[in-house]
Amino acid sequence: MTTPYLEVRDLQTHFTTFGGSRVVKAVDGISFSLREGETLGLVGESGCGKTTTCLSIVGLLPPAARIAGGEIRLAGEDLTKKSPREMRRIRGRKIAMILQDPMASLNPLFNIYTQVSEPAYYHLGIRRQSLRRRVEDLLRSVRIPSPAMRMRNYPHQMSGGMRQRIVGAIALAGGPKLIIADEPTTNLDVTIQAQYLDLLKDIQQETGVAIIFVTHNLGIVAKMCDRMAVMYAGKIVECGSVRDLFGAPSHPYTKALLGSMAKLGSKEPLFAIPGQPPDLANLPPGCAFHPRCAEATQHCSEHEPKIVPCGQDWTAKCWLAHPKESLRHDHARA
Amino acid sequence: MRQFIFRRTCYSIVTLFILSLTIFAVVRLTGDPALLMTEPGARPEDLARVRALWGLDRPWPIQYAHFLLNILTGDLGTSFNYRMPVSELYFERLPNSLQLALSATLLSFLIGVPAGLLSAVRVNGAWDNIGKVVALTGLAVPGFWLGLVLILVFSVWLAWLPTGGKGDWRNLIMPSIALGWYFAASLLRLTRSSMLEVMRSEYIKLARLKGLPGYVVIAMHGFKNALVPVLTLAGVNLVVMVNAAVIVEVIFAWPGIGRLLYEGIFQRDFPLVQGVVILAGCMIVLVNLFIDILYAYIDPRIRLTK
Repeated sequence: MTTPYLEVRDLQTHFTTFGGSRVVKAVDGISFSLREGETLGLVGESGCGKTTTCLSIVGLLPPAARIAGGEIRLAGEDLTKKSPREMRRIRGRKIAMILQDPMASLNPLFNIYTQVSEPAYYHLGIRRQSLRRRVEDLLRSVRIPSPAMRMRNYPHQMSGGMRQRIVGAIALAGGPKLIIADEPTTNLDVTIQAQYLDLLKDIQQETGVAIIFVTHNLGIVAKMCDRMAVMYAGKIVECGSVRDLFGAPSHPYTKALLGSMAKLGSKEPLFAIPGQPPDLANLPPGCAFHPRCAEATQHCSEHEPKIVPCGQDWTAKCWLAHPKESLRHDHARA
Repeated sequence: MRQFIFRRTCYSIVTLFILSLTIFAVVRLTGDPALLMTEPGARPEDLARVRALWGLDRPWPIQYAHFLLNILTGDLGTSFNYRMPVSELYFERLPNSLQLALSATLLSFLIGVPAGLLSAVRVNGAWDNIGKVVALTGLAVPGFWLGLVLILVFSVWLAWLPTGGKGDWRNLIMPSIALGWYFAASLLRLTRSSMLEVMRSEYIKLARLKGLPGYVVIAMHGFKNALVPVLTLAGVNLVVMVNAAVIVEVIFAWPGIGRLLYEGIFQRDFPLVQGVVILAGCMIVLVNLFIDILYAYIDPRIRLTK
C-alpha cells in the first residue's frame, strides 16, 4: 500500500458570524486520505460541509471562515501551515479545482487560449509556441474539436458542455496530481453529464491524477469513485470503498441515502429522509443524525458516537457499528 | 455594425427632435427678450419693431419651423446679444470648455477609479472608509460652495492661485477640483460596486484556483470586467462637464460654454440658449454612440448587429 497523496486529519473549519458571537462548525473534525490516482466521492446533502472541505484544502475560504484545527497533508507537507504565497503556487500547480457552474466559471472577456494557458504560463513558465502547442494538446485531451480554431473563441460562443470541458482543460493545464471536482456535472444535461464523466475517467487513466468528487448524486459515485466518504452536519459519518458501502452500509444515514436513489423500472415511491439537516450552529446533542434516524435509541440522543472500524479500510460513526461491549462500557460510565 | 449605427442614428434623431421642441418651448417661458434689447421704458411701437426684426412677432409654430429648418442647414441662428452666429460663439468657447472638462475628467479618473479599486479590494478596511468619506463629501458638497471655499482659502487667504479667468495652468487647478470632485466621487462609488460584484463571480474564483498572482486576478480578470459601466459614466460625465459646468464656470469666470449658456439665459437670448442646448444634445448622442462601439471592443459578447 502506497502512502496517501492527500491526508486530511481532524480538519475543523469554522465560520464566525455576527462579530464572533455565533460560530458555525461547517467542517467539524473530519479525516480522510487519498492515494495517487484514486477517486474519492464526497457525498452528502446540501450544507453538510462538502464545499467548505474543498475550499479548506485549496486555501480559498471566504473571509468569515478559518481553519480552526487539524492538518491537511499534501505529499507530506501540511497545507494549513503554508503562507498565502506558497498556497498560490500550489493551486493550479498541484491541486486544481473544477467548479459547479460552467456558464459562470469562465471569464467572458478573455478567449479560450488565454484562460487555458494561464496555469501553464504562470506555474510552468511555458511561453509562446510551446505554450500554444500545450493549449492545443490540452483542448484535444478534453475532446474539443479543431482546437487550433476553438482556442480563439470566447466562452459565449460555446455550449455548456464544451465550456465545462474547457474548465477541465484549465484544471489539467498546470499538471496537477489532484483535481477537486465540486459537483461538476450538476448544471449539465444528462447526456452531456455521462460524456463528461467518461472524459474525466479517461483523463484520470492517462494522467494518473487523483480526484475528489463532490456530489450528492450517488449514481455518479457508483460510476466514478473507488471510495466514498459520507458527510453529515460537518462530519464524516461513514467512509469506505464504494463496493462495501453500496453493498452493506453501516450507518443509517448511508442506508437512507442509498434508499432514496431512484431505481429504474421500480414502481415503489421514492424514499425521502424525514426532516431537515440540522442547524450547524445549534447541533442536537449526541449523534447529530439521531432526530432523523430510524434506528436511533435513547443512547444516540445523549452520547456522540466515535469513529469505529467496520472492516478493511472502512469506518463508521454510529453506535450501531460499535461493538456491544464498548456500548455497555459507555453506559456503565454514564 | 452598419445596421446598428443606422438604428442608433434614427433613435438619436428622434431624441434630438424632442429636445429641440422642449428647449424651444422652455426658453420662451423666461419672458420677452425685446424688453432687454431696448431701453427701459421703451415705447410699445419700438418693442414691436424689435420683435419684428428678430421674427419674434410670428406665431410659435412658425418660429419653431424656421428654427428646425435652419438647424437642418447647419444654421443655429444669430445671438440677440452678441449679434453673431450662435455656432461661431459656441465653437469659440468650446476649446476652453474642453480644456476644463478634460482636466476635470482626468482628475476624476485619476482619483475615482484607483480609489474605487482600492476600496473594493480592501473592503471595509481603512482605505475603503477613507474612500467612503471622500465619495460622500464629493456627492454631498455642492460645486458652487466648494468653488467659493477654494477661492477663499487658496486665493484670498493664501494668495497661491488666481481667483478666476483664463490664463496658465494655475487658473485651471481650482475649477478642475470644483468640477471634478463630484465626478470623482461618483466614479469611485461605481468602480467600487462594479468591482465588488465582479470579484464575487465564479470566474474570479476560478482565476484564484488557477493560482494566478493577485495582481493578475484583480487587474486583468477583475478590473477589465468592472470597467464597462465605469466607461459609460465617464463618457457621459465628460459631455456634462463640457456643456453644463455652468456654475463652476461662472464662479471662476471661465470663458466656457457653461458661462455662455448662463449669459444667454439671463439675456433671454433665445437662439443662443437653443443652439447651446441642441449642440450639447448632439454631443451626448455622439459620445453615447462612441461608447457603445467601444463596448464591443472590450466585451466580445456585445455584438452590434441589432
